[in-house]
Amino acid sequence: MADYLNPQGWLLALLQTLLFVAAAPLLVGWIRLLKATLQNRRAASPLQPYRDLIKLFGKEPVVADTASVIFRAAPYVVFSTTVVTAAVIPLIAVNLPTAAIADVIVLVGFLALARFFLALAGMDVGTAFGGMGASREMTISSLGEPAMLMAIFTLTMTAQSTNIAHAIDFMLSSGFVLRPSFMFALFGMLLVAVAETGRIPVDNPTTHLELTMLHEAMILEYSGRHLALMEWAAQLKLMIYGVLIVNVFLPWGIATRLTPQALLLGLVTVLVKLMALAVVLAVAETGLAKMRLFRAPEFLNLAFLLALLGMLSHVILEVGA
Amino acid sequence: MNITHFTLQEQAILIIAALVLFSSFSLLAQTRIISSIHAFAWQGALVAAATALVAFVANQHHLYISALLTLALKAILIPWILHRLVVKLEIAREVETVVHPALVMLGAAVLVAFSYYVALPVEKLSLLATRNTIAISMSVVLLGMLMMVTRRQAVTQVVGFMSMENGLFFAAVVSTHGMPMVVELGVAFDVLVATVIFGVFFFQIRESIESLDVDRLNRLAETDESAAVAEADVAGESE
Amino acid sequence: MTALYLTLAFPLFGTLLMALITRCRLAGWLNIALSTATLAASAALAWQVLDDGPLLSPGKFFYIDAFNVYLVALTAFVGLTTAIFSRPYMTHELARGRVNSRRMRLYHSMYQGFLFTMLLALSTNNLGILWVSMEGATLATVLLVSLYRTPESVEAAWKYFILCGVGIAQALFGTVLLYFSAAAQLPKADDGLLWTALHGVAAHLDPTVMSIAFVFLLVGYGTKVGLVPLHNWLPDAHSEGPTPMSAVLSGLLLNVALYAVVRVKMLVDGALQHSTTFAHPHLTGDLMMAFGLLSFLVAGLFLHRQRDIKRMFSYSSIEHMGLMTFAFGLGGPLATFGALLHMTVHSLTKSSIFVTVGHATHIAKTQAIDHIRGLIRTQPAVGWGLLLGVAAIAGFPPFGVFTSEFLLLTATMQSQPWLTVVLLAGLAIAFAGLFRHLHPMVYGAQPEGQHPVQANMLPVIIHLLLVLWLGISIPLFLAHWFNQATLLITGKGLL
Repeated sequence: MADYLNPQGWLLALLQTLLFVAAAPLLVGWIRLLKATLQNRRAASPLQPYRDLIKLFGKEPVVADTASVIFRAAPYVVFSTTVVTAAVIPLIAVNLPTAAIADVIVLVGFLALARFFLALAGMDVGTAFGGMGASREMTISSLGEPAMLMAIFTLTMTAQSTNIAHAIDFMLSSGFVLRPSFMFALFGMLLVAVAETGRIPVDNPTTHLELTMLHEAMILEYSGRHLALMEWAAQLKLMIYGVLIVNVFLPWGIATRLTPQALLLGLVTVLVKLMALAVVLAVAETGLAKMRLFRAPEFLNLAFLLALLGMLSHVILEVGA
Repeated sequence: MNITHFTLQEQAILIIAALVLFSSFSLLAQTRIISSIHAFAWQGALVAAATALVAFVANQHHLYISALLTLALKAILIPWILHRLVVKLEIAREVETVVHPALVMLGAAVLVAFSYYVALPVEKLSLLATRNTIAISMSVVLLGMLMMVTRRQAVTQVVGFMSMENGLFFAAVVSTHGMPMVVELGVAFDVLVATVIFGVFFFQIRESIESLDVDRLNRLAETDESAAVAEADVAGESE
Repeated sequence: MTALYLTLAFPLFGTLLMALITRCRLAGWLNIALSTATLAASAALAWQVLDDGPLLSPGKFFYIDAFNVYLVALTAFVGLTTAIFSRPYMTHELARGRVNSRRMRLYHSMYQGFLFTMLLALSTNNLGILWVSMEGATLATVLLVSLYRTPESVEAAWKYFILCGVGIAQALFGTVLLYFSAAAQLPKADDGLLWTALHGVAAHLDPTVMSIAFVFLLVGYGTKVGLVPLHNWLPDAHSEGPTPMSAVLSGLLLNVALYAVVRVKMLVDGALQHSTTFAHPHLTGDLMMAFGLLSFLVAGLFLHRQRDIKRMFSYSSIEHMGLMTFAFGLGGPLATFGALLHMTVHSLTKSSIFVTVGHATHIAKTQAIDHIRGLIRTQPAVGWGLLLGVAAIAGFPPFGVFTSEFLLLTATMQSQPWLTVVLLAGLAIAFAGLFRHLHPMVYGAQPEGQHPVQANMLPVIIHLLLVLWLGISIPLFLAHWFNQATLLITGKGLL
C-alpha cells in the first residue's frame, strides 16, 4: 500500500500529473496523424495540437455581452476538474499517495461536474447552438453514464473494490485470466468512451457542421484562452478514458515499485499501449460513418447491454455455483 | 469454483460461452432478416468451437464428431438453406420492426437471470469445469423462445427455433459432455428435416397470404372467428 | 423379439414404399394391408409380453412392458381401422379435387411414417430416441395438416409446427437434465438415457434436478398432449387436416405424448419420494392434477362456442386428455387403472367419432355446425353413428367411458373429495356443450338436395361395440393387462 507521507511519492504523483496533462495534446495529434495516413491525406505534425493551443493562448478572448460570470468561469472549472481527475489515475505507477482517492465513483463524479459546467456554459450565452449542444450532450451522457457505471461495477465486483489502484493490484496479482465479464466490460467501456469523448460514430471531432455538432456546439462562443482551456480539457478527457481502459484492463507493465527502472518501464509500456489503442480508434473512425444523432441512443444501449452481459457473465460464469 | 482455478482452455470455453450468449442477444436485436441469419450462423460456429474445446479439455473424442456435425449443420448448411430461401423469396433486404426493442432486451436480461436461478441447483451437483455454462445454455434456449414470441416474420421465427436447438445442444455438451451419439444423430436428422419442411412452408405461406408476416395468419383465431361470423351475419341482415 | 422388429419394420417399410407408389387406388389398399400386418405383429408381441413379462432387447434399445405394449396394440388397431376408413374417404377427396395424386402419395407415406414414429416412441427404451420420434411424429403430421394447401390449413400447420417445436424443445432440455442427473449414478455414460437403467437407480437421483427436469418435460410433452394453456395448436390442426389424420391425432398422438409424461413421472417419483430432504414429494402428481383439471374445465367451456364440428371434437379431446392427466397425477391404483381404461375407450370412441364426422362433412359439404342438419334423415347410419359416438364420449352408461369416468370419480372421492364436485361440474358442462350442438345436427330439418354418401361404417361399428363391451364387462385378460400396467406405474395392483 502507498505510503501517504512519503514526499518522494507526492513528487512522483505531481510529475505524473504534469506528464498526463502535457501528453494529452500529443495523443490527439497522434490520432490525427494516423487517421490522415489511413485516409491518404498528408498529415500535420503530431505536435500540431500544441501549436494550436499556444496560438489560442496568445489571443484575446472575446466574450458575448449576454454572458454571465458562469461563462467566464466555466473554462477554468472544466479544465481544473479534468486535471484533478487526471491526477488520480495511475499512469505509470500504481502505488502513489493519490491512489487513496482514485475511486471510480469519484472519477465519474468529477467528469460529471466538468460536463455540467460545460453544458451550463453552452446555454449561458443564449444562442440556439449552445442550448442544442448542451441538451444533446446531456442526453448522450445520461445514457452513457449507466453503461459506464455498469461496466465499472463488473470490474469492481471481480476486484472487490471501487478503487482503481486496488483493481489494478488485483489484476496484476491474479495473473492472466480470460474473463468473459472483462471482455464485455471492455467493449462496453470502449463504446462509452467513444460517445463521451465525442468521437465517430457519435460525434465528429473535426466537423463544424451545425446540425450534427455535439461538443463543438457548446464551445462555439468561446475564443482565445477560454477556448484553449476547453480544447485542452477535451483532449485530457480522451486521454483519461484511454489510460483508464489500457491500465485497468491490461495493467501489465505499470510500475508497482518506485524505482527508476520500473518507472521507466511503466512509462514506455503505457505509451505503447496508448499508441496501440489510438491505432484501434483511428481504424474504427476511418471505417465507420457518423451515425444520425437519434441513433446514438441505440449505440449507447448496446454499450449498456454489453456492460450488463459483463455483469451477468461475471455472476453466472465466474462465480458460479 | 472460481474462474482462477480453471485452466486457460477452460477459461476459453467460458469466453466462447459468453459470446454464444451475446450472439443470442444480437439475434434478438437484428431487424434485417439476412443479418439475423448471419448472426445465427455465427452462433452455430461458436457452439461448434465450444464443443471442440470441451472435447479437447475433457478428452472426449466423440465430441469432435458432434462439433463437426454442428459446424456443418448449424453454421453452414442450415444458414445456407435459409439464405438461399430468403434470396429466392426476395425478402433479403426486408427490415422487420420489433415492438419495444428496449423492453425485449430488458426481458432477455431478466430471462438470463431467471435461468441462472433455475440452473443453480443443477450446477451445484456437477463436477465438470463447464458446469457454470449450463445457465448460459438455458438462457440461449429461452432467448430463442423470446425471439419466436416477439417476431412476426416466418423466417426469423425459424431462426429463433434453430437458435433454441443450438441452446439445447450446447446444454447437452456442457452439462454432460454430449448425449449418446445415436440421440445426437437423431436430433440432427430431425433438425435437418424440419429446416426442409420450414422451407416448403415459406412458399406455402407466401402463396396463401402473399407475405411472410405470420401475424396475418389469423383466420383460425378463436375470437376473430366468431367476430368474423357475426360481421357476416350483420352484413347478411342489412342486405 | 421378432414380433417387435416386425411391428416397427412394416410401417417403416410402408413409409418408403408409399413414397414410390403413384397409383392412388393401389396405395389405399396397400395402406390397409400394411396396417393389418402391423396389427398382427403387435398382437403377437402383446401375446408374448403378457405371457413372458417385460421384454428388453439385446442392445437395451427397446423395452416392452405391460404399460406400453397395450398402447402399441391400441395404436396398431386404431391405425388399421382408420386406414380402412381413409381409403374411401381419400378417394372421395381426390374426386372432389381437394388433393391431387402427388399429395395422395405424400399422405399415404406420411400416414405410415406417423404410425412408425408413434410405435418407435412407444417401444424405445431410450428417452432421447423417445424425443426424436415425438419430433418425427410432429414433422409427419405437419405435412398431413397442410395437405389441402388452403390458407387455413397452412396456417394451422404453421401454428402446429411452431408451438409444438417450441414445446418439444423444452422436453429435450428436460431430457438433457435427466441425463445429467443420471451421469452421477450410472458408470457407463451411454446408459444414462435408458429408461430401465434410470428406473433402477431412480431412488438415488437428485430430487431437485429431477423436479426441474420434470417441469420441462411436462411442459414439453404437455404441449403435445394439448394441455391448457399450451393447447392452441390442437383445434386448428384437427380441423384443417384430412379427417383420418384428425382421428389418429386424437386417438393416438395425444396418448403417446401422455405416455411419455407418465414414463417420466415414474422416474421422477422414484427420485422425489425416496428423498428425505425434498420439500414436495408429490410435486409431479400435483402439477399434473393442476394442468389436467385446468385443461378439463377450460376445454369443456370452449365446447359451447364452437362453430366447426371438427374443432368441437378436438376440444372434447383436450377435455379428455385433461381428465387423464388429472387421473395419472392423482396416482393410486384405482385412478391409474381408470386412466388406462379411459385412454383406451377415449381412443376408440374419438377415432370412431372423427370417422363419422368425416362422412357427415361429406354429406353436408361443410364443416360448419350450422350447416350440418338432419343427418339421421339423410343417412341414418351416419346419424346414429354420430349420436351413439357422442353419447359414448359424453359418458353415458353403458359405454366404457362411463365406466372409466366412474372409476376416476370414485378415486377422486377417496383422496380429494372436494375435487369431485369440480369434476362433476366439468362433466356436466362438457355434456351440455356437446349435446346443444349435436341435437340439430342429427335431428334438425334436412336441407334440400342433401344426399347420402358412400360410407364405410365398419370401423365405427367395431369401435363402438368394443367400447360398449368394455363398459359392460372388461374381459379378464384385459383387466389383468391393465392391472399389470397399474402395478408397474403405481407399485400396487388393483385386483
